[in-house]
Amino acid sequence: MNKLTDFRRFVNRDNNIVQLLVITAIIFLLMSALEPHKFLRYYNFESISFIFPELGIVAIAMMLAMLTGGIDLSVIGIANLAGILAGVFFTRLYPAGPDAGAAAELMRVAAGVVLALGVGLLAGTLNGLLIAKVKITPILATLGTGQIFTGFCMVLTGGPAIVGFPAWWGFIGNGKILGVAVPLILFLVVAVLIAVMLTKTPFGLNLFLIGTNPRAAVFAGLRTERMVLYSYMLSGTLAALAGIVLSGRTNAAKSDYGTSYLLQAVLISVLGGTNPAGGKGTVLGVSIAVIALMLLASGFQMMRFSNHLIDFIWGGFLLLVMVINVLRNRGR
Amino acid sequence: MTAVSKLLRRSETAVLAILIVVMLVIGVINPAFWQADNLFNLLRANVVIGIMALSVLTVMISGGIDVSFPAFAVAAMYLTVIAMNAAGYQGVVLPFIGATLIGLLCGLANAFFIHTFRMIPLIVTLGSASVVRGLLLGLVGTSIINIDRMPPSLIAFGSSTVDIGGSKLSLMIFIYLGIAVLMWLFLTRTMAGRAVFAYGDDAESAKRVGFNTRRTVYLVYGLAGALAGFAGLLHSSMIWLANPRDFVGYELDVIAAVVLGGASIFGGRGSVFGTILGVFMLTLIKNSLIIMRIDNTWQGVVVGCVIVIATALTAWRDRKALV
Repeated sequence: MNKLTDFRRFVNRDNNIVQLLVITAIIFLLMSALEPHKFLRYYNFESISFIFPELGIVAIAMMLAMLTGGIDLSVIGIANLAGILAGVFFTRLYPAGPDAGAAAELMRVAAGVVLALGVGLLAGTLNGLLIAKVKITPILATLGTGQIFTGFCMVLTGGPAIVGFPAWWGFIGNGKILGVAVPLILFLVVAVLIAVMLTKTPFGLNLFLIGTNPRAAVFAGLRTERMVLYSYMLSGTLAALAGIVLSGRTNAAKSDYGTSYLLQAVLISVLGGTNPAGGKGTVLGVSIAVIALMLLASGFQMMRFSNHLIDFIWGGFLLLVMVINVLRNRGR
Repeated sequence: MTAVSKLLRRSETAVLAILIVVMLVIGVINPAFWQADNLFNLLRANVVIGIMALSVLTVMISGGIDVSFPAFAVAAMYLTVIAMNAAGYQGVVLPFIGATLIGLLCGLANAFFIHTFRMIPLIVTLGSASVVRGLLLGLVGTSIINIDRMPPSLIAFGSSTVDIGGSKLSLMIFIYLGIAVLMWLFLTRTMAGRAVFAYGDDAESAKRVGFNTRRTVYLVYGLAGALAGFAGLLHSSMIWLANPRDFVGYELDVIAAVVLGGASIFGGRGSVFGTILGVFMLTLIKNSLIIMRIDNTWQGVVVGCVIVIATALTAWRDRKALV
């Protein structure tokens, strides 16, 4: 009896999660029925486990910004800048020595990771300062800084892609540990850390409160400015991590990589139950949403849909999900 | 408050002052800037972005934001040119009406979602842009229609000029200015225009005062789509080709120009004159990097910095509007 009410409460509270699981299951069954021979192969799921983490991490970064009612349109710029700076570091500033040992090589990659994450942190700090201190609307601030970050990518590369990352860097995007894709492991670590941070720490609670009612948060004595600043710093660092995974997987970094990821990140976080007006969002929701969309995209690719039509489907999906959410909330 | 101090407090005055300073600085670095050919080219570069900025201005005054207009513009442009080629039609007026209508329909679809479901404009327009671009590239085609297959009537129209002192000024400038005057009359001299300001200032109050908010939302987004469609076809007739992947990233530039011109993203504030100045400032900076002997790859950084500085200034101006 007690368990039953617990379950009911869970369903009520996480209505959105249940809805998402249903959508994911429908997509999975549909694609399995339409393309059973290609879709249900182990290889398909393995390749999804390499590709989705970078998008998932960007979507979590987007969700963090949305929790306080903001948005981060510069995530892709930050991701590319992190990858490109690491590329510049590896190829121009600190190329591999002719007889560098494994340890030196590992140190070099570690330095590259620190550099990339540091750039993300710095970029996020800039966003946070502009939004929290200067009080620029998040859309405009991140639109501008996104342009600046992408602009620096252009300045550093001059246009063409940077190639020649060390092998260990590629391991971050392509490697396996005990048969599990390294990007997947990274994604799981990030997801768990952020989920714990949002639900179990005062910082997470603060973000939700600020998003629900910024005025009330100020009057309640929350340090709104500082919390918003931290949230964008975190979002920037996560974006840089996504950039590391992306450049590791493709062994290249370019100023206009992953531009379609921006829309997809917004779509995934909204689909995952994040309220763009703030105050609502879960890591679990975003994680299920990214998997649902990846299944959808890989299924359509197998049916030889062009990438453009997949863009169409994603845009339509975004509108559809928003409409469903609105209609459901209206019913109550 | 005297008339002079009122004038000084207007954001247009500040933009104009900065504009003059920037032009003087560029002129000092490279006197070639002041040649009529360069200035006329600069004006020509204002036309398409300017018309799009006027469409975004209306949306922003209503308190919304539109990132779908580049997709609508490219769809209207590409579909119209394809239809003209298929029908072998040689004319100008009908194609432009067609492109405007395509844009209008797309804009009304935005309005439908925004009004009926009370959805956030940014999300709606992100989605509709992806839908329209996806359909265009996935179903209609991905190949560029080059000058050899462009309808000659469009090319002739887009390249019509007037001779002033030996330099050619594109006639398209006057289309832009004409639209700007019409938009100014609409926004400041009609009840529907005032409704846009009222709705943007406070939607609930506008409703209680008796403005028809549904009509306002449809008008704003419909108009934005229509202007985008028109600007799209004008663009292709000015550059003599129709590229279905065109206008990528225009949303950033145009929104930046409108914000530069003093419009507030919170709605209720903005003017046609300010927007024209903002557009001029943006094209001036983008086009003058070369003349100032700065490498072109710096363009993104410079434009981004301009956006951040301009928005910081408007945020400072609007600081009392926040908590």
